[in-house]
Amino acid sequence: MEVKNREYIEEMVRELKASGTNVVVGCLDEMINWGRGNSLWPLTFATSCCGIEYMAVGAARYDFARFGFEVTRASPRQADMIMVAGTITHKMAPVLRRLYDQMADPKYVVAVGGCSISGGPFKKSYHVVNGIDSILPVDVYIPGCPPRPEALLYGMIQLQNKVKAQKFFGDVNRKTDKGDAEAGRAHRKDR
Amino acid sequence: MEEIIFIEKERFHDAALKCRSEGYDFLRSLTGMDWGEEGLGVVYHLENTETAGNIVLKTLTRDRENPQLASVSDIWKGAEFNEREVFDYFGIRFIGHPDMRRLYLREDWSGHPLRKDYDMESNPLRMTNEETADTTQHIEILKDGSVIKHREVLFDEDEYVINIGPQHPATHGVLRFRVSLEGETIKKLDVHCGYIHRGIEKMCESLTYPQTLALTDRLDYLGAHQNRHALCMCIEKALGIEVSERVQYIRTIMDELQRIDSHLLFYSCACMDLGALTAFFYGFRDREKILDIFEGTTGGRLIQNYNTIGGVQADIAPDFVAKVKDFIRYMRPTLKEYHDVFTGNIIMQGRTKGVGVLSREDAISFGATGGTGRASGWACDVRKRHPYAAYGKVKFDEITFTEGDCFARYMVRMKEIEQSLDIIEQLIDNIPEGDIQVKMKPVIKVPEGSYYAAVEGSRGEFGVYLESRGEKYPYRLKFRSTGLPLVSAMDTMCRNAKIADLIAIGATVDYVVPDIDR
Ligand code: SF4
Repeated sequence: MEVKNREYIEEMVRELKASGTNVVVGCLDEMINWGRGNSLWPLTFATSCCGIEYMAVGAARYDFARFGFEVTRASPRQADMIMVAGTITHKMAPVLRRLYDQMADPKYVVAVGGCSISGGPFKKSYHVVNGIDSILPVDVYIPGCPPRPEALLYGMIQLQNKVKAQKFFGDVNRKTDKGDAEAGRAHRKDR
Repeated sequence: MEEIIFIEKERFHDAALKCRSEGYDFLRSLTGMDWGEEGLGVVYHLENTETAGNIVLKTLTRDRENPQLASVSDIWKGAEFNEREVFDYFGIRFIGHPDMRRLYLREDWSGHPLRKDYDMESNPLRMTNEETADTTQHIEILKDGSVIKHREVLFDEDEYVINIGPQHPATHGVLRFRVSLEGETIKKLDVHCGYIHRGIEKMCESLTYPQTLALTDRLDYLGAHQNRHALCMCIEKALGIEVSERVQYIRTIMDELQRIDSHLLFYSCACMDLGALTAFFYGFRDREKILDIFEGTTGGRLIQNYNTIGGVQADIAPDFVAKVKDFIRYMRPTLKEYHDVFTGNIIMQGRTKGVGVLSREDAISFGATGGTGRASGWACDVRKRHPYAAYGKVKFDEITFTEGDCFARYMVRMKEIEQSLDIIEQLIDNIPEGDIQVKMKPVIKVPEGSYYAAVEGSRGEFGVYLESRGEKYPYRLKFRSTGLPLVSAMDTMCRNAKIADLIAIGATVDYVVPDIDR
């Protein structure tokens, strides 16, 4: 698969890194992030239609293992990222939050499909959360209803880029849970 | 328009018993209603499985504060979950029901959302974890007419209760079970639904008819065509529209392709749940071929949005016929490969044969249609019972088994793939010329009345009950879920099985959770 626009992202990453990083730590960072970025293991999590497309991405034709997403983990304690594929309802929201809390840092969230971004076709329902970013901090949004497998892959690769651009020492390795929810909420307000 | 027999609530239980003794043993659908001034009530669709005759009953109560009706869960087991749904949606308590809890919404939810006077803002998102109650309520009416409430214990203090789900890879989505174990043996199973309850039925009441169509695809996404077909058929029936023969053929072919797609996914997931990962990739590999065909004509892979009221969205793609034929030619030998890889495997047979048996009587009583019912020996195929679209014109066998165990349920679906291929083969060369869309007015208003239409979905009868007051929005739109009866039968199937069998049973019953919760 050809991912367009990669060069400019990589350029951006280089620029970000170049400004004011210690040489030793910077090199170590790069190495660790190379490892982290290329082996993000998602949690087996899907609530509805988008989840089937997500499964298709994991199966024979699209096969996300090619990009290092290797296997999905059924336990949140072993997962690096959660792909929120499907509608999140009021009853599910605390469960999703709990799953997120159980994941080890550093952890990432991808909102897949209209439902998890904004409530999608069910925005007006009495029982659907209008966007998971009100309860979790979201790293990548993949729109669609459901997004095509190619879109899912593109979104996942964008997440890899994000991981590779992060500072590991002194930043994500120190990150605590505190403030995540607030971050999510604040972020939502200024949208 | 259907004829509905009204029965006073005081006499309703006796009348229902009489219907049952006259042979109406299958409760097709049970719909809660809010008729505003008139009161709250329930509509029952019954079928006689011998004669395929149908009757529709209704009853109502004028009391909106404390509405109570007689339960029929002692007559049809399938009513148990449906009545809980009605309680959840409308607040009607059923007297004689053993377990009057909410079915979908949280215990601390206030109000009943499908009532017309429900305030949509009254329940903000709660992030507190939900407490699961170990007790429930049973309402009984005494001889002198007074009503007493009993507290029923679901799980005892010293029972060993295990929680499975809502986030568990083997529950195929967000279903949750609580299981009481003795050693490894399941003593009792309690199903918790609602983790993907999207409130579709309520939403439909403020959408125009063409808008409601989009939501059906997202119910059971592995039966997207069929669901939408059912709703279109129901509205067409109400409007008195005849779709062209071309549309009928196309819809039939699409429905069957969808069925194969769903059964392939069933195969993949069932195999994966039982530990055969390679088979999972086989199923998905071949499923992509069908999705390609869908994509060529409809533009969508999983969700196609193809049927419209009075026709279909677009004519079939120029290469549709050729591609479908290619697929049939490819699929037949591949099926043999499937069987070689998995069906004969001794571990697989050991884990499925004689496990999770559902008797024919129970299947009918629960209304467990589709592959599950047919594996128990109940010929419940809507395509045969009430032929629609082009099904009257094709020859195919209705696959039935008698064992009712996991293996039979698996085999029914595998054999149905062959039948679906046969059906498509008979139609694909003879698609008649004609219009693909009947001309419709921009605003569709359905004449007053109530209508029911059903199709054979990928996992059973998918029905649509529509009540219209002559407006451009439906007054009430209810979807007969294919999955709800299946999960309501889970307790019966799992009792005295081992905990590991729960996975095999769940996999072969093949429910799709958003279709249960709607
Ligand atoms: S975005 Fe669309 S496809 Fe995805 S879960 Fe929501 S309704 Fe289903």
